[in-house]
Amino acid sequence: MITKTFDPVVRVSHLSKSYGNITALRDVSLDIYTGEILAIVGDNGAGKSTLIKTLSGAIKADSGYIQVGEQSYHFLSPTKAIRLGISAVYQDLALVDCRDVVCNIFLGREIVKAGLLIDRRKMEKEARRVLNSLQVNIPSLKTPVGLLSGGQRQGVAVARAIIQGGNVIIFDEPTAAMGVQESAKVIRLMQELARTGMAVVVISHNLHHVFEIAQRICVLRQGQIAAVCNTMDYQPNQIVELIMGAAHITRAGMGGQIDAAN
Amino acid sequence: MRQIRSLLWSWSDHFSQILLALILIIMAALLDQASPFFMTWDNWRNILDQSALLVIISVGMTYVICTGGIDLSVGAITALSGVCMAISLQAGLNTGESILIGLAAGAAIGLFNGLLISKLNLSPFIVTLATMSITRGIALILTKGIPIYGFPKDFTWWGSGHIGPVNPPILTALFLALLGALVLNRTKLGYYALSLGGNEEALRRSGVAHKTYKTIIYIISGVAAAIGGLVVTARLNTAEPLAGWMFELDAIAAVVLGGTDMKGGRGSITGTVMACLLLGMLRNGLTILNIPSYYQQLTIGVIILVAIIISELRLRNASHKNMLGGLK
Repeated sequence: MITKTFDPVVRVSHLSKSYGNITALRDVSLDIYTGEILAIVGDNGAGKSTLIKTLSGAIKADSGYIQVGEQSYHFLSPTKAIRLGISAVYQDLALVDCRDVVCNIFLGREIVKAGLLIDRRKMEKEARRVLNSLQVNIPSLKTPVGLLSGGQRQGVAVARAIIQGGNVIIFDEPTAAMGVQESAKVIRLMQELARTGMAVVVISHNLHHVFEIAQRICVLRQGQIAAVCNTMDYQPNQIVELIMGAAHITRAGMGGQIDAAN
Repeated sequence: MRQIRSLLWSWSDHFSQILLALILIIMAALLDQASPFFMTWDNWRNILDQSALLVIISVGMTYVICTGGIDLSVGAITALSGVCMAISLQAGLNTGESILIGLAAGAAIGLFNGLLISKLNLSPFIVTLATMSITRGIALILTKGIPIYGFPKDFTWWGSGHIGPVNPPILTALFLALLGALVLNRTKLGYYALSLGGNEEALRRSGVAHKTYKTIIYIISGVAAAIGGLVVTARLNTAEPLAGWMFELDAIAAVVLGGTDMKGGRGSITGTVMACLLLGMLRNGLTILNIPSYYQQLTIGVIILVAIIISELRLRNASHKNMLGGLK
């Protein structure tokens, strides 16, 4: 169970973002805790990707702030987010297809010796260790990632997020392009990450998976938070109603408060 | 199994270079048959000397093309840096200072290219097409179109000196090629150059200062072209505002022939150097065989086309097979 007496690792407050006339996020506030898996669900265009991209620094919000530890930031850059411990596994995985597995896992985090030359051997060893711990099977680390299967590519992207060494890891639709077996693997992986004390945030369309892994579910609708619920207290069909906007339930979770009784 | 597979990978990875090496050997053997003069050291020194300039400029161009970009201004930079060195020498600066000023001019044009391309996100082709004209224009304005000649001995040494059996241009080219290969394969800069050509957004999201690295790549190309300017100016003992005319095309041809992908992401300094040698040897061979220079142009064009067709077809075939393999 999650203990809510802890301070959140990341606190999102009143984030808003619009693209021209379209409002992608409207006054979104959300807390993320260590050791939990928080699922973000919503219909297409509900603002899920925008929300996590502001967290990982890929885009800048128009207003609001993100609090990490003691510090508050109006916006993050990817560099800043990684430094603060927030890593993301994007839906498109953001891999360099023509480069090999090691290069991709260590992208931006290359190990150098004498301050200059890349220590390829050390990187290969470390990459192998992380991939093994994730139970991702890739025969040769010299294979360009463009030639790997969907699951292997996902594994490389996750390994990179781990190498970045953060304590918050965000997954954008990690199982969208996967078969049953590979999905099961990714799910086990996320549970494992949460168990080791990371905060895992996952966007998913698959409510079955969400109910299997998440402790809390944040429902977004039209750029606003429709509800933040404890998974235990809800049935999948209630979540579907929240996503569709059919039910009018108290807006739990607004203003950073979690309504556990809800 | 794993070893075999990675061996196959490295083999296919170096396909272009292996192909080039084979062509080089076959051509050398044929030319040796055709002329007893071809395999003499004097002739080889000549080939190396003639190729040195192309190697120097093409090493920089390899970096730019690895990022998926192009630098059309290198020929003009060659001229401008030579002109800057000449003017500095005439103004009474010593050789070292003058060379530095020439290199700084190359770096400045490279920086200008890089900033426009990375910060303003403009097309490298258009930007360097414009700076090619601007740079050439500056070189013409500075000299009023008249070549500057007559330099001190320690300056012309860079083009026509002797170091044992070789000369400074050959050693400079060798040094830059080795340095270029080391940096491309073993440093962050090289890794990022190749990744820039593959997926720049991935670099950005991984927290890499991608725009800075991109700018540095164009500075490298500018400095390499300026070193080329040093060699040309010193060799001819003349700073010619029209020097390096169309060098950019020769350099691009050498880089592409060497197996670097025009789309970026894949590149090899070894390949570039071999391609420069091939072109040098071809020109030399055709001259030895008394074939008019008009045919040289034609032959070089045909070789480039054939090499690119072979490597492109092979790549398409390979990725097709691998995609099918991945589905299983």
